[in-house]
Amino acid sequence: MTDIAPSAEPTPAPHGQRVRPAGRGWRRRWSRRHVAAAVIASLTLIPLLVLLAQFLVPQPEIWSHLREWVLPRVLANTFWLLLGVMAGVLALGIPLAWLTAVCEFPGRRVFRWALLLPLAMPAYVLAFVHVGLWDYTGPIQTLLRALFGDSLQLPSVRSRLGVIVVMSCAFYPYVYLLARSAFLTQGRRALEVAASLGLSPWQGFWRVALPLARPALVAGATLALMETLADFGTVSVFNYDTFTTAIYQSWFALYSLPAAAQLASLLTVTVLLLMLAERRLRAERRYGNSSRASAPLPRMRLRGARAWLATGFCLLVLVLAFLVPLVQLLYWVVERWADDADLRLLGFTGRSLLLSLLAALLVTAVALLLAYLQRLQRDRMMHTLARLGTLGYAIPGTVLAVGFFLPLAWLDNQLIAVMQAFGGEGHALLRGGLLTMLLAYLVRFLAVAHEPLDSGLARVSLYQDDAARSLGYTGWRLLRTVHLPQLKPALLTALLMVFVDVMKEMPITLMTRPFGWDTLAVRVFEMTSEGQWDRAAVPAVAIVLAGLLPVWLLIRQSETSLHERTR
Amino acid sequence: MKPDVMTTVSTGPVTMATPPLLAVRELSLGYNGDTIVEQLSFTLEAGQIACLLGASGSGKTTVLRAIAGFEPVRAGEIVLAGECISAANRHTPAHQRRIGMVFQDHALFPHLSVAENIGFGLRALARAERSRIVNELLDLVGLAALGGRYPHELSGGQQQRVALARALAPSPQLLLLDEPFANLDVELRERLGHDVRALLKARQVAAILVTHDQHEAFAIADEIGVLHNGRLSQWATPYQLYHEPQNRFVADFIGEGVLLPGKVVSPDWVEIELGCVKGGVPKDCCIGCSVDVLLRPDDVLHDDDSHLTAVVVAKAFRGAEFLYTLQLPSGQRLLSLVPSHHNHAIGEAIGIRLELDHAITFAPLTAD
Repeated sequence: MTDIAPSAEPTPAPHGQRVRPAGRGWRRRWSRRHVAAAVIASLTLIPLLVLLAQFLVPQPEIWSHLREWVLPRVLANTFWLLLGVMAGVLALGIPLAWLTAVCEFPGRRVFRWALLLPLAMPAYVLAFVHVGLWDYTGPIQTLLRALFGDSLQLPSVRSRLGVIVVMSCAFYPYVYLLARSAFLTQGRRALEVAASLGLSPWQGFWRVALPLARPALVAGATLALMETLADFGTVSVFNYDTFTTAIYQSWFALYSLPAAAQLASLLTVTVLLLMLAERRLRAERRYGNSSRASAPLPRMRLRGARAWLATGFCLLVLVLAFLVPLVQLLYWVVERWADDADLRLLGFTGRSLLLSLLAALLVTAVALLLAYLQRLQRDRMMHTLARLGTLGYAIPGTVLAVGFFLPLAWLDNQLIAVMQAFGGEGHALLRGGLLTMLLAYLVRFLAVAHEPLDSGLARVSLYQDDAARSLGYTGWRLLRTVHLPQLKPALLTALLMVFVDVMKEMPITLMTRPFGWDTLAVRVFEMTSEGQWDRAAVPAVAIVLAGLLPVWLLIRQSETSLHERTR
Repeated sequence: MKPDVMTTVSTGPVTMATPPLLAVRELSLGYNGDTIVEQLSFTLEAGQIACLLGASGSGKTTVLRAIAGFEPVRAGEIVLAGECISAANRHTPAHQRRIGMVFQDHALFPHLSVAENIGFGLRALARAERSRIVNELLDLVGLAALGGRYPHELSGGQQQRVALARALAPSPQLLLLDEPFANLDVELRERLGHDVRALLKARQVAAILVTHDQHEAFAIADEIGVLHNGRLSQWATPYQLYHEPQNRFVADFIGEGVLLPGKVVSPDWVEIELGCVKGGVPKDCCIGCSVDVLLRPDDVLHDDDSHLTAVVVAKAFRGAEFLYTLQLPSGQRLLSLVPSHHNHAIGEAIGIRLELDHAITFAPLTAD
């Protein structure tokens, strides 16, 4: 849900850069605004640098252990998972986007938005529901045995293929959303140009429409792969070891924080490589200067068997990725409700809501500050700082947890030493406190809040600032009287998105929560790690229901922009 | 109000022996309940360049898209080289029609180089043959040095040439151009227009151009069809459209001019405020009838010796000449094109003279 729009290129200002009066030396380049933005950016950079610095500290015994016992499996698993999910999300996302954008068939108008619904379902929820459904003791195999006798046995769902299918179902909407908007702007026109040059629609799709949509496909697939690398809950359910589970186990099962740190630094490098590859693939050629369709073109009407095949395909994806899981969840909830609806559930829910609210307020406030700093100081340096500050959406939660814990624990030790030197008692202040968790949330979700605020501010003309300034309004008064009233919808969007993302978040919460701070997501993890799918369902349903809110918002937005385009 | 009834007029000697390259017969187009084009008929001979001219919403682009095969036909038929390609119950797919198209926004493929764009429709050919044709076309449109560039590295005019070369490469039977110069600046538009005409004529390619700009149409087309609200108002050469408009709409849409009230005094003479002019009169008009006479600005000459005078009420400087708006004693206004060394002040009375071999007249609009 979070990272639909990776930080966009800077929008050209309606009027030129604001040049500050020249100062002296570094102060000419570094204003107070730059310093403030640099502080925000450093929050992202500190954990990254701490982890990358791990490579500088040679730890041969840890490495030999990792090389022998962990890395071969984790690297192979990660490689196949990335490859499989990439194939999966493209194989689902591209045809779904093409059908709903360019073709006409029964149910298209519903599928157009309904196919975004799986975004509301965290991958780990989808995972445990499907494992519960297809397991040996699950309803499907039980039914098949009743029908065809006991000898019948399906291949185990807890396999590499199983993880890949579930993650593809969870993450295809990224490709779907971006590819569809690319096809909407150029798909039909691309086919016409191809036809005028003698290519059939099928040839036109492969030779023109698909290459034209490549930037969107790369962006969508990259988002899906980032989520795959960051995922912790799904692979835990499947007992499929990847970097994230290995980091968790090193820390919490083997109590080896250094080993966790080494793994986290490797994962960081993997993520950075992926981002680099995406930039290379996208920046290779500049696209999109031509081919803006002058008028909306009519859709291709599918007839007969083809139309029903299209409907069937869309329905199948929607059923597997959303409807069946939802029904199964609700069934389990009804089954368990009497036993599980107790004070503890109230506790999980209350803590989830409180944490999410705290994080949403903090993250939105910092994001607003960053967006406003960018507006006041429109230069290259500020742009770079903002890019760095919003990089966190790409960094897996497990990495952030380790990356913040290490420096804070070190700081703690220094504080304890100082306190003891002054004869104090000396116990940890920062470790195991809310601070680590909130900092990690802040870094991970800053981009989520920054994106709507930044585009919201961009919609307020810079001339309004000039007008207000000429009437004597500056700084905070300018923000309060001119910008904030116009930013209300963007602020609400930012708050809501962060709120729900924190609610769904699993690894950061699991690894950095203060003692006793079990939330809904933590409860899901605990129940699923014991294989009690039905008991995990109650907290999971609460998360899914919350997750529907931002999806509804997204659907509303994409439908309005669709109307604007077809008008 | 009496409508100006128009029938389709096809100009030039029609030889029965060779069928026209393209024949559009009684064509009707529309979506759902809306009719966009009705009862459209025209023919195009091989090697000829035609233009569909009309304001936006006149249906001209829809006609072009129907010929290309992108729109279904509601009634009537489109026949290309003797073969029916579109009718109510027939539809040859667009990619099998061998009709090339140049799109309004050029629609170049941003992910392909200029040479790859031009060679795109030639994939059936061997590599050597393909690059021979690509090079030939690059030469033809004057972009021989730019084959390796990408579309975004070209200027608007260069992109336009690439789009033209790409459409011509597969040697289409007919080329369609949808407002091909709409995104270019005026100066470039005129030059490219002449270039395109020369190029099409050199390769003997028949083409249909769609535009709302009459100067563009005049510069390129052999024949022009004026479309108005989905109907053909007149199909004629540029010269005929200007000098012999067949109805009020065409007279008003093409060029400048005014309609002056007059009275028929003999079967081929009409009296107006400025004297008697020779001209055909509308059908069922008898002597003594009222008619409106079309006066183009170039029909009204400035002549200091003339006894007829009119007062200058407005003037527009156009470099080589002034376009004066003059007022006659009756209050009737008319336009006059005068060489620009005759600089008269507003309010001044100047002598004028008519030079009109054959006046165009229309039955007057009646109030009922």
